[in-house]
Amino acid sequence: MEYFIQQLANGLTLGSIYGLVAIGYTMVYGIIGMINFAHGDIFMLGGFAALIVFLILTTFFAGIPVALALLLMLVIAMLMTGLWNWTIERIAYRPLRGSFRLAPLITAIGMSIVLSNFIQVTQGPRNKPIPPLVTDVYHIGNITISLKQILIVVITSILLFAFWYIVNKTPLGRAQRATEQDRKMAALLGVDVDRTISITFIMGAALAAVAGTMYLMYYGVASFNDGFIPGVKAFTAAVLGGIGSLPGAVLGGLLIGLIESLWSAYFSIAYKDVATFAILAIVLIFKPTGILGRPEVEKV
Amino acid sequence: MANGYQNVQEDVMAKAVKEGAIAGIIAFLMFLVFVGIETYQDINNQLVWRTRWGLLAVFVIVAAVGRFLTVGFIKPHLDKRKLAKAKTGILEVSEEKSFFHKHFLKIALVFLLCYPFLAMMIFGRQGSLKYVDNFGIQILIYVMLAWGLNIVVGLAGLLDLGYVAFYAVGAYSYALLSAHFGFSFWLLLPMAGILAALWGIILGFPVLRLRGDYLAIVTLAFGEIIRLVLINWTDVTRGTFGISGIAKATFFGIWSFDTGTANNFAKVWGLPASSVYYKMFLFYIILALCMLTAYVTIRLRRMPIGRAWEALREDEIACRSLGINTVATKLTAFATGAMFGGFAGSFFAARQGFVSPESFVFLESAVILAIVVLGGMGSLTGIAIAAVVMVGGTELLREMEFLKHVFGPDFTPELYRMLLFGLAMIIVMLFKPRGFVGTREPTAFLRTRKAVSGSFTKEGHG
Repeated sequence: MEYFIQQLANGLTLGSIYGLVAIGYTMVYGIIGMINFAHGDIFMLGGFAALIVFLILTTFFAGIPVALALLLMLVIAMLMTGLWNWTIERIAYRPLRGSFRLAPLITAIGMSIVLSNFIQVTQGPRNKPIPPLVTDVYHIGNITISLKQILIVVITSILLFAFWYIVNKTPLGRAQRATEQDRKMAALLGVDVDRTISITFIMGAALAAVAGTMYLMYYGVASFNDGFIPGVKAFTAAVLGGIGSLPGAVLGGLLIGLIESLWSAYFSIAYKDVATFAILAIVLIFKPTGILGRPEVEKV
Repeated sequence: MANGYQNVQEDVMAKAVKEGAIAGIIAFLMFLVFVGIETYQDINNQLVWRTRWGLLAVFVIVAAVGRFLTVGFIKPHLDKRKLAKAKTGILEVSEEKSFFHKHFLKIALVFLLCYPFLAMMIFGRQGSLKYVDNFGIQILIYVMLAWGLNIVVGLAGLLDLGYVAFYAVGAYSYALLSAHFGFSFWLLLPMAGILAALWGIILGFPVLRLRGDYLAIVTLAFGEIIRLVLINWTDVTRGTFGISGIAKATFFGIWSFDTGTANNFAKVWGLPASSVYYKMFLFYIILALCMLTAYVTIRLRRMPIGRAWEALREDEIACRSLGINTVATKLTAFATGAMFGGFAGSFFAARQGFVSPESFVFLESAVILAIVVLGGMGSLTGIAIAAVVMVGGTELLREMEFLKHVFGPDFTPELYRMLLFGLAMIIVMLFKPRGFVGTREPTAFLRTRKAVSGSFTKEGHG
């Protein structure tokens, strides 16, 4: 039982990270109907930005409090990736918005290749380890929960609440939902569609940056090809929860995280990714709209 | 009048300067962290950093000047040309084609047939090895894979992001069956194709109900599952170490290309020993396989099943209402595409003599799909051109030794191979979203065949 709870805690931590990345996928898919393949690499970029900020901070301000360092890492990584995703959308996706379905998918795959190779070329192909930021550990019975796990879950929850508030309660969120439902009609009613889509990309990137920073904090290492596997898993999470649905993305992320850690704990670590992908396939085959997705109405 | 024109000119210049400056600032902020600062491990294996302001400045200047030129000169020029063209009122219809244009396919085929001998004449026996192997065979493998995927994506409109799985099935079938049972290449080539087709049906069956992006993501998942199984099922596949020492293909059992055997090709013909004969032989095999793929595709497009594929791509609901069996149609598309992937896979195993899961990563699927889309989906010629440009271009980068003299001895062009590949993907898509061959030639037509613009079809070669 204790072992199970321990794995549950690990799974929730991992799931929070996947959930944050999944939101970026699901929002972009919802608003312009495109799989943003480069989103996983935006996540990786966020981790790298945080890593570099951390290095600079530790050289210039050696005794900086951890909380402040973490906050700075998060904020700078969010701004950085937001700017990157904004530029990427402007250059690679916007000109193809009216084009046929596969065109933006191909530029997104191209962008994913470019981003990971850009980091490989500029920062080197080796893994980048950093010393552990947060080392406190708590014991409850035989269960060990580290402070960084708690931090990850808490930060995720705060961000999710903030995000939910923006989407549901602010004029910006209303514009986003309107654009999602009917882009042309929203434009006719005075919603600046281009700006709304840009902001969606920036928001998705900022969440991915938070996830990237926490991934760096959790594992203590960053690498240029970190974007692909977590990216695919986060996309799996978005599909599992029902693509286009925000609570679905989080639910999917948590489920994927739980499946992954429980599978590694009880069956085999080697096949944990196989389990994730197999579950994705099974869900899609029996419930193609995902858990919380709305059924698609086919119009003739 | 002239004054007004000048004002417009000045406005454009002012705008260009402003946009250039903004682009410079954005580039500065974007690259500040990733280019301006380099992280590396020192002697104690600790992560440290140093600044690279010079490189950052280069990035910023390139962005600013590039944006300035685009807004100030290139865009007005293009607009002017477009306006002039619109004023003439003549639609672009190419009636008279040049000799080269008309006989392009024949010329290309003759060139390909002579290519290994040409390479040998120009570069000598050992020198031609690189040209036959790295350029010839490598590009043709991608041509074949892209043509195979084209059946699934270009004709049937099923977006498959896990095509490399069938390539892997073919390669491992050949590697394992030849190692355990000693079957020959010519027996295993069709067997690998059949096995891959079988996998195509097995993987295709559950995803029949899915459409578009969902299908893409499930095929991606299947591709990854197969790769992960290959990595982890170490008893059979030897995991990441891969299988080495795979038997070479023989000339139908008559001549062998293994050194030391009695019926060695070079020995029988009294030629000096060299590995180039095997490469030339492989070149002709893959060329024949490519021709087979093209032939099958062209024939199938005119048969009921091919018409059904294209109808399915354009409108699935209409298809079903007209009584087309969508299940069978989709499965045959999957199986046919997978079969060619399997052929290419077994050829790949015979050529390399070594297979490992490393060769079957998602990136390969993405590259193959990119070639199909960049070529203009459905157009065999366009896809072949795209394969030559994209694969040949990146291979060429390996050869650019002279760049070392420009950028210093530490410069390794290979590092930039995939970076440039990705950039090329984006740039080609932005300028030619319909691919290199933008026009489509329908198989069903009234009296005369007319090429139509690609924008009239949903996605393929309608």
